[in-house]
Amino acid sequence: MPSALEQQNEMFTGGLLAPQTPTPYNLTGPEGKGANKRYDVYRNNVTVSLTDALVDIFPAVHRLLGDTFFRGLAREYVRSHPPQSPLLFLYGEHFADFIQGHDATQDVPYIADVARIERAWLTAYHAADRAPLNPADLGAITPEVLGNVVFAAKPGTAIVNSRYATFTIFAMNRDMLEQAPVDASMPEHTLITRPDVDVIVTPLTEAEAVFFAALLSKSPATLEEAAEAALGVDQSFDLNAALSKMIGTGAASNVALRKDHTQTDAITELEIDHEHDLE
Amino acid sequence: MNVVPLKHDAPATADASAAVASAPAAARPYSKTDIPARAGVSFKHDHTNDILADAGDVAFLEVHAENYMGDGGHPHRTLERIRRDHPLSLHGVCMSLGGPQPLNADHLQRFKALVDRYEPGLVSEHLAWSTHDDVFYNDLLPLPYTRETLSHVCDHIDQMQSAIGRTILLENPATYVLFDDAEMTETDFLHAIVHRTGCGLLLDLNNVFVSATNHHFSAMEYLDAFPLHAVGEIHLAGHTEQTDDEGELLLIDSHNRPVADPVWALYERVLDRTGPITTLVEWDSDLPEWPVLRAEAGAANAIIEKIQRRHSAVFGSRHAVSA
Repeated sequence: MPSALEQQNEMFTGGLLAPQTPTPYNLTGPEGKGANKRYDVYRNNVTVSLTDALVDIFPAVHRLLGDTFFRGLAREYVRSHPPQSPLLFLYGEHFADFIQGHDATQDVPYIADVARIERAWLTAYHAADRAPLNPADLGAITPEVLGNVVFAAKPGTAIVNSRYATFTIFAMNRDMLEQAPVDASMPEHTLITRPDVDVIVTPLTEAEAVFFAALLSKSPATLEEAAEAALGVDQSFDLNAALSKMIGTGAASNVALRKDHTQTDAITELEIDHEHDLE
Repeated sequence: MNVVPLKHDAPATADASAAVASAPAAARPYSKTDIPARAGVSFKHDHTNDILADAGDVAFLEVHAENYMGDGGHPHRTLERIRRDHPLSLHGVCMSLGGPQPLNADHLQRFKALVDRYEPGLVSEHLAWSTHDDVFYNDLLPLPYTRETLSHVCDHIDQMQSAIGRTILLENPATYVLFDDAEMTETDFLHAIVHRTGCGLLLDLNNVFVSATNHHFSAMEYLDAFPLHAVGEIHLAGHTEQTDDEGELLLIDSHNRPVADPVWALYERVLDRTGPITTLVEWDSDLPEWPVLRAEAGAANAIIEKIQRRHSAVFGSRHAVSA
């Protein structure tokens, strides 16, 4: 049974994210002054600081929706999904799903995938340091067994598949591309990686997205399996170009023969948004 | 420049923490650097290049611990670079020492890892709570000062100090409400914490001024009752003005502007009593250009030097008389 103090704290926090809740009865100002506006300072600090955190985590979404619209959505999210970790750079895990399901964003259906790219971007930004794959390690593998190698994704590597032109929209609204008219209905696939300390985003073809997803998943396919999957999507899939892209973006950290379990233990989970894989 | 090391009643904390941290010194990336009794500033990434180019007389940098609890990447790369050249103070914002529920064991472990990695000269946290059940509210929430809350806070400080192997400095809060069931004053509460846990205190003078204004007490009387002997660091910051239910002034601890004149005045009066103390100018939002922040630290250092001159003059004349 909660102590009186725990009940008091329950009452104090109960109103922080619920503006219509009355001020807790045990609060006061000096000399018997009222505590409504005093308690509102805490309500305001909590809501505004968490809303600001979402503005910082999703700057392109914020720019696309405009400050007033974004903050309205963010406030709703803060109240329905308050953070559960003191590490605010982890916050917003469900924000993309939240805005995707929100009535107010139905005329901007690409916005949720932009949010997914931004969330993955920040995760990569804080991911563990690990050296990217040394191309010599791949070169050292004899051609006969090359089809049987598996790769480990470097921490932070993620793919966001989208029905919309979300790589372009994201990049334009993070000032990585010049603003220009965009056909939002063009499907785009985005690879998020961190070769050293700077996060980079790279557009992928549909076949490359399938290739990377297979190759860098937690239970990775072999190079041969991944290449077959990619060729199944697009007969003109260029394996050499895709491997160069994997090395150039720092998407993987090491390579091993599938049989070598000690190496594959080091494989980290690749975050892929399967929900939005194309049919 | 007159830099007589006028060692005032030195905080027990600094010595105790030095003793703990100096044991396994081999293979450490940094030597443990005690922070001088001079002024530093909050470290913000936007200022990194400016600081590396010209830190001026900024004596140390303070970071919010939680911003460096990610696994890797830019934050750690930058902090390593800063730490190579400057003493560091590690200021925790989210430990929730002031609540009744157990401390977050993962968070404690992350905090310890940061202390071990960066060997900060000072480690501090707040007399406040921020987590209830499984929700993190991202604000420094107030607690009633009672025997029950005192017991929770002391247990949590003991737990944190033993987890990180260091004594901490506990910061007095800025508050906006009072509790009708409080049993003791904030200063009595702090005295009891210092006595029971051996922790030091971080005296935030802006918080004193904000709370004094909001709750109609005298900041000077509060400071008269404050356990100044335990203070290992002072915080200075800016505040903003709002109004309460009755339309009277309510100050907000906002850290988004220069230190206010009455807070500078409190600072000089405290230092006149204690001698120089490590001082931080906090600025956390609406960040100014680096020269503005550096100048705030310069203003604090000017007061420290003035106090040193005043004290050494007093000391010198006594010396002359006795000789």
